[in-house]
Amino acid sequence: MGLTLAEKILSEALGRRVEAGDLIVVNVDLVMAHDGTAPLAIKSFREMGGERVKHPERVVFVIDHIAPSSSEDVSKLHKLMRDFASEQGIENFYDVGEGVCHQLLAERHVEPGMIVVGGDSHTCMHGALGAFATGVGSTEVAAVLKTGKIWFKVPETLKIQVEGSLPPMVTPKDVILHIIGEVKADGATYKAVEYGGETVRQMSVEGRLTLSNMAVEMGGKTGLIEPDEKTLEYLKSRGRGPGKPLKGDRDAEHAETLNFDVSRLEPQVAAPPTVDNVKPVSEVEGLEIDQVFLGSCTNARLEDRRLAASILKGRKIHPRVRMLVVPASRTVYLQALREGLVEVFLEAGCVLCNPGCGVCVGGHQGVPAPGEVVLSTSNRNFVGRMGCPEADIYLASPATAAVSALTGKITNPAGWKP
Amino acid sequence: MKVKGQAWKFGDDINTDIIISGKYKFKTLDMRELAKHAMEALDPKFSEKVKPGDILVAGKNFGCGSSREHAPRVLKELGIGVIIAKSFARIFYRNAVNVGLPVVESPEASARISEGDQVEVDLEKGLIRNLTKGETYSFKPIPPALMEILREGGLVEYLRKAGDYKL
Repeated sequence: MGLTLAEKILSEALGRRVEAGDLIVVNVDLVMAHDGTAPLAIKSFREMGGERVKHPERVVFVIDHIAPSSSEDVSKLHKLMRDFASEQGIENFYDVGEGVCHQLLAERHVEPGMIVVGGDSHTCMHGALGAFATGVGSTEVAAVLKTGKIWFKVPETLKIQVEGSLPPMVTPKDVILHIIGEVKADGATYKAVEYGGETVRQMSVEGRLTLSNMAVEMGGKTGLIEPDEKTLEYLKSRGRGPGKPLKGDRDAEHAETLNFDVSRLEPQVAAPPTVDNVKPVSEVEGLEIDQVFLGSCTNARLEDRRLAASILKGRKIHPRVRMLVVPASRTVYLQALREGLVEVFLEAGCVLCNPGCGVCVGGHQGVPAPGEVVLSTSNRNFVGRMGCPEADIYLASPATAAVSALTGKITNPAGWKP
Repeated sequence: MKVKGQAWKFGDDINTDIIISGKYKFKTLDMRELAKHAMEALDPKFSEKVKPGDILVAGKNFGCGSSREHAPRVLKELGIGVIIAKSFARIFYRNAVNVGLPVVESPEASARISEGDQVEVDLEKGLIRNLTKGETYSFKPIPPALMEILREGGLVEYLRKAGDYKL
């Protein structure tokens, strides 16, 4: 019997064949923590008797969740990270304004075949580059800092095959929302998700990152995609090597295979209060909105900016609506600036914030008022997610977000004429 | 390891934003302070009502969402002795074991136990006794490797003593 892509990567990392169900201890190639999880990891590292980080060159620290700091308390936690990084020789330290942790890892660090863990649930995003990447808690990050290793139960795989060309204004975000609506919030628990099929092959790496980013919203351990020429080109254009691009065997056994035809897919929306509460946008069309958020590790990349800007160009957003635009990284921000997208957003009436996660997690930016409705391109719409338990959060694509910002209500971008 | 206490019932898909809102986790590492906000989206007085040794009983996918370890930590800080659920989100499951908070998957117990029932859990034997209803439910015992981490009170103590994984 052949091996799945997840089994292949873990077998390669261990140097021996392992299969779903095996309990393994494996070396970690890259470990990430941000200002929401690193301070607790540092505390645990000290408590477990840690003195020197085993492999400082494999560690990435990012300050992105409350960036820049909003209070003295937060600043103390940021300083704790800076001091620890300096003490331990952690050179991959991204301070305020560099970007969202996952974007920075994708742009600069992850390679196919790597074992990547991060103190953030959306670390599963790097499966899009053919790495075995998963989110862990702070103490587990501490254990990796100390030992360089982590234990895993080799996961079974839920294979998701997507076929068909996407209709106009239907994006990878609509595809993944649709999938989550079918699989549900716990449908992939303990499993690796592997996306395949013609639609995924045709998708850009940026779009694939959006798919993989949300694997955890169905409970998935990681969201894998087989590396191909597009993956290698993405890496090469950023000055990186091909890593170890692996493929699953043809006769591999998957726990389940689900097939999706997206050739007639409508733009999708996840209604509050759960990510799997997914509907075609037409079912909630007309609902008045107060705030639009174009950002997050799911949808703050260049293509998302270009798509939204193509809709907003020469227009003004609805006077009742606040639209917050947050780029995924300094690199994305600069490119958006060079392409004139920043000007489009500012002229349309949007607010541009520095790269970071603040709006998505309701830490210190863009917190809605009770009773308000937010349309967000992020990945979670839980009660209180954006800092106010009495606000409603709808999740959608950058196209739906931009068109709806213009009309002031949830609007189907498919029928919208530029 | 045995745990005995009064049950508090919760539904399906209780996410980490409900257990402890993300807006608090950046403010402090003081779990006693954070624990005051545990479950406040569902019950603002939960942290005052719950007693050490009490047991959480939930539906499917408990702890889904963020990887924040603050979620199991605040529940442990309140003295929760064990969480019984129909199923857990995997990061929460790992985090709970890593901070020394036992987690038990039992669809039967999740369905049968009512709020306020007195419940006793034997982790090694894989048995849950509902003392109020006079019923017993079994569950697949926690794997030995994880049980070792739990017995030490979590991964910090485990690695402090062992220095490295002994799986």
